[in-house]
Amino acid sequence: MDIPYTVAARPDTGLNNGKIGIWLFLASEVMLFGALFASYVMLRVGAPEWPTGATYLNVPLATLNTVVLISSSVTMVLAWASLVKRDFSRFRLFLGITILCGLVFLVVKYFEYSAKFHHEYFPSTNTFLAIYFTLTGLHGLHVIGGMAVNSWLWGPGSAMWKTDPVHFTNRVENAGLFWHLVDLVWIFLFPVLYLL
Amino acid sequence: MGEAHAPEAAAHDHAEVDRHVRAALLVFGSLLVLTAFTVAAWTLHLPRRSAITLALLIAVVKGSLVAGWFMHLISERRIIYWVLALTAALFFPLLLFPMLTAPGAILH
Repeated sequence: MDIPYTVAARPDTGLNNGKIGIWLFLASEVMLFGALFASYVMLRVGAPEWPTGATYLNVPLATLNTVVLISSSVTMVLAWASLVKRDFSRFRLFLGITILCGLVFLVVKYFEYSAKFHHEYFPSTNTFLAIYFTLTGLHGLHVIGGMAVNSWLWGPGSAMWKTDPVHFTNRVENAGLFWHLVDLVWIFLFPVLYLL
Repeated sequence: MGEAHAPEAAAHDHAEVDRHVRAALLVFGSLLVLTAFTVAAWTLHLPRRSAITLALLIAVVKGSLVAGWFMHLISERRIIYWVLALTAALFFPLLLFPMLTAPGAILH
């Protein structure tokens, strides 16, 4: 049996089920990161001294990663727009760039983490590094998850374009919403962890 | 909508998407400029209270641009706003409660 309302809008919500589903999921993600941001505030308020991020962290690399993630968000929009305009090859180009940007972000993060471990900075070193590794680690897992979904839509999942293009376009839009949330979270992580 | 109207609908979709893409590129430029502002403000070594306020203000503007235009919240269905309103009603007390327990401490 087919899942209903994957393309047409439900009469009661005015949206297809995928769209409602992804927004409910994003709401749960906001609460997940919200709990960790609240933990950060609690830890910082309770600490007698709190280091500025630059004491331990590499601000230029984090700035580069911010630009990379913002760029990947706009290429995600361009990938979805290409599908609406029925241009599948441009969709593949832009989604491919989005996936590559995700990879660049993770490689930069790898070098950042490596430098910390080289200097013997671990989550157990102090409270600041504990919350830094927790927040950026969880965010990194979300980048990996988003890349996995985008890679599937770029590769085997794109077969749906030939059989049900509107449904496929909706899937890409929903994957994009998740990717933008990953960008949104980083927009707050960057100043909170690195600059303040 | 009848078949005869399909090309008109497609043309309308294309025009709508072109507008959306132009807006997204403008937002992209704004996000890059705001990122530069954030880093520039950090290099000024402002007092901690001002630095926190300014950095978070810029982050809120950047986040609003992403949510509004990249995530289409500027023109979304009412049910999505209700979902997000409920999320915000739970999120902000969660975030602000620690600050209320020690007013002002975070800024020192």
